Amino acid sequence: MILHPAVIALYVSSALIGFMVFYSAWHGLRILWKWDISSGSETQLQLERSTYLISTLLAYAFGVQLLSFFLYIFTAETLHTLFVGAMCAAGSLNVNAYGYPALLLKLLNFLLAGLWLIVNYTDNKAPDYPLVRKKYILLLVIVPFIAAEILVQAKYLVGLRADVITSCCGSLFSPDNVGVASDLAALPALHAEIAFYLGMALTIAAGSWFYLKGKGGCIFSLLAGSTFFISIASLISFISLYFYEMPSHHCPFDILQGEYGYVGYPLYISLLTGGVSGIGVGVLALFRKNKSLAEIVPAVQKKLALVTVLMYLIFTAIATYRILSANFTMRG
Amino acid sequence: MIRLRGIRKVFNAGKPNEFTAVDSVSLVVEAKKVTVLKGPSGSGKTTLLSIMGCMARPTAGRIELEGKEITSLPERFLTDIRRDNFGFIFQSLNLITGVTALENVMLPAYPVGEKHSLLRQRALDLLGLFNLTQKALSKVEWLSGGEAQRVAIARALINDPSVIIADEPTAHLDTKLSIEFMENMESLRNKGKTIIIASHDPIVFDSEIVERTVELRDGKVIGK
Amino acid sequence: MGPWIEKQRNILDFTLASLLRRKGKNAALLLVYTFIVFVLASVMFFTHSIKKEAGLVLQGSPDIIVQRTVAGRHDLIPASYLGPLTKIRGVASGRIRLWGYYFDPITGANYTLLVPEDFSAGAGAAIVGSGISKSRLASEGDVIVLRAHNGESLVLTIKGVLSEKSELISADLVLISEPDFRKLFGISKGHGTDIVLTVRNKKELSTIALKITEALPDARPIIRDEILRTYESVFNWRGGIITVLLAGAVFAFIIFAWDKATGLSAEERKEIGILKAVGWETSDVLLMKFWEGAALSLSAFLTGTALAYLHVFFASSPLFGPALKGWSVLYPEFRLTPFIDPVQIATLFFLTVVPYTTATIVPSWRAATVDPDSVMR
Repeated sequence: MILHPAVIALYVSSALIGFMVFYSAWHGLRILWKWDISSGSETQLQLERSTYLISTLLAYAFGVQLLSFFLYIFTAETLHTLFVGAMCAAGSLNVNAYGYPALLLKLLNFLLAGLWLIVNYTDNKAPDYPLVRKKYILLLVIVPFIAAEILVQAKYLVGLRADVITSCCGSLFSPDNVGVASDLAALPALHAEIAFYLGMALTIAAGSWFYLKGKGGCIFSLLAGSTFFISIASLISFISLYFYEMPSHHCPFDILQGEYGYVGYPLYISLLTGGVSGIGVGVLALFRKNKSLAEIVPAVQKKLALVTVLMYLIFTAIATYRILSANFTMRG
Repeated sequence: MIRLRGIRKVFNAGKPNEFTAVDSVSLVVEAKKVTVLKGPSGSGKTTLLSIMGCMARPTAGRIELEGKEITSLPERFLTDIRRDNFGFIFQSLNLITGVTALENVMLPAYPVGEKHSLLRQRALDLLGLFNLTQKALSKVEWLSGGEAQRVAIARALINDPSVIIADEPTAHLDTKLSIEFMENMESLRNKGKTIIIASHDPIVFDSEIVERTVELRDGKVIGK
Repeated sequence: MGPWIEKQRNILDFTLASLLRRKGKNAALLLVYTFIVFVLASVMFFTHSIKKEAGLVLQGSPDIIVQRTVAGRHDLIPASYLGPLTKIRGVASGRIRLWGYYFDPITGANYTLLVPEDFSAGAGAAIVGSGISKSRLASEGDVIVLRAHNGESLVLTIKGVLSEKSELISADLVLISEPDFRKLFGISKGHGTDIVLTVRNKKELSTIALKITEALPDARPIIRDEILRTYESVFNWRGGIITVLLAGAVFAFIIFAWDKATGLSAEERKEIGILKAVGWETSDVLLMKFWEGAALSLSAFLTGTALAYLHVFFASSPLFGPALKGWSVLYPEFRLTPFIDPVQIATLFFLTVVPYTTATIVPSWRAATVDPDSVMR
């Protein structure tokens, strides 16, 4: 293991997130067991009070999760010089089999935590806590994913030893290599561009339609989710290239560095926020039929749709601006 | 109009020191009138008051406000209702020391998110009604008993509630100030507010402006 | 949106005012918090900076150094090796280097003697580093005497002293001519210390290194990047060990913070009770606690980081520099160039603010869930 302060920080953050989620889940179990909204007993009042604790802990854990996602990438970037052949964060992550899975789990947990918070927010708007059971069952479902992330990240970090040979990001993301990351890059740029712009256009259109007319929420959510994944693939496949102005540099992490004006942040944050909100619309649609939520769900869904539309617009705008203004072209 | 049906409040249920503060109380508090809850200490007046004022949830029974049932509402909804409909005056005034009179009056409206300058002006106007404009920026610990009392009343009015609830308001006041307090309550009633006072002070429950008395003993109503 | 912002503003207003009302209690916490940030930040700034310096210095190091090993130890390299090495495809040029260590009994220090590529001062002359100049009290024009391998004395006149600015690498350096070097250490013309090569295409370093070991079995090629990695690992390790040791202090701080948050004074409890009684909801009180924590954290973080910056980059870390610089007799005086990047700030944030906030969540919640009617009882 490499005893770098950033590595220690990653351990600390995953320990804290783990503590917060497990502690919340324990309270959640108590709620599932004894909740009775119509009772005025002390137990019920205590349980209602504990919902505030859980909301606070999970909101905080969600924030820390997002930050630790970026810290993880940074740490990989900082450590890349210790590994032969690693040119940037992508190479560091490839040093052992746990690097990329940990990153994916972090992303997944960020999405799950975000969805939980959306459900919680909706539940709190109704006077009778209609989603209380579903909410805490969802929390229990999230727990194993968090546990998995902590373990996988730990296995990755413990297995890091300086000087290990790794394939560098050039060969990792070049079309010749076989493996997940290089498959994405192998997406022909033209196809990826079409998929990206089409996905974005459809999603933004569906979102605006839903916001104005209140119809087509599920289709919008599906589009938002698909576009989220298409956008990630597009980042690797062609968008990053325009920022680096190099046809073979497919790594999506370097745009977080200062030399590219930290443009990675607005890109990633807008995409992640938009993605969570968009998928949230679909999740909330599951509860449309609930009596107390009949009016609340559409209202919240519309807010979320607006967020997604705006965030996706920002993402597309930044990417397109760069594509149009760079001294670089994928054609010819 | 507040309706209570079979209200029961039990503390420390299941434990050796289990205690029933209010037992099967049913009554209706009429709007725009002055009602007094009378009884010795330990009779459950304060607990009943806190239940009426949406500060606590009953262990059993139902409570309706203007025809709408509020018994099982979770805290955040209850608080919204309380803030909009009720103003409280406490026995020991409970003003925050170290803070000015003006800010004390504004505090209950902070969570509503009203524009700060507007809120400030409203608070100043309220203090003006009680002739406290000069003392607005003084810290409350420097105010006299009577002035502090009036600040407490002004604070209760900041969210323009329809009901004023006072718990033993004259407990620490001399006769002159007690009478002054009841006069303030009268003018508020004349402005259309409902007044509910819990007290075992004769100056209060024997006052002419009281329109209804509810007598309590050991958590039960023994006379209306 | 408007009411939400106004609400934040109102609550923030009240929070800051209450923090100032309880200066004493909060001052103690703020002090400890700032100190923790300061210590951690100093360690990190220093380690990172020194790594960068080492990296910059090593940029000038040769692409490949070829050493000869005999029985696993570094031995003199035959000059005849130069030919085969320069013939390898991809090698642009090569030359034999002469350098070694000389133990000086007077100062108890090890000097590094080096024959530079061109030494214009000629035989009998030496250019010394500022560390040697200071410890031997010798400057330009003075004479130093070294004891050669066979016991004879080698007299050298100092023709120049290396600038203090390069002290980090040159404090103990002595530059002399080739004949003097060979006389001092008794190394014949057929041998040298090692051979350095420049390579045309950096991507081929590993391939060339492989070919070197095939062509000359007892030669050990060292690539510059390997040196860089080793240095980095050492500094990482040192920085990491100190951070781990400081974990004890951070942990104690967290317990202190938790204790302070839990141990609300009766007055504070009453205040929260009043707020809840007049219409603040649990989430409003939690919001107040959040702003409280944010205000304290922000102040401590900014102050601690700023102080650490001054400590490391202006005062040269008097507090624990020696632990990080390593054991040595000739300590070079050097001013580190400020190298701060977002990773360090993020790491600091995760090691201080995040644990602090986590520790205060449960106590804040307990304080915020006090019953609204508590002030009436």
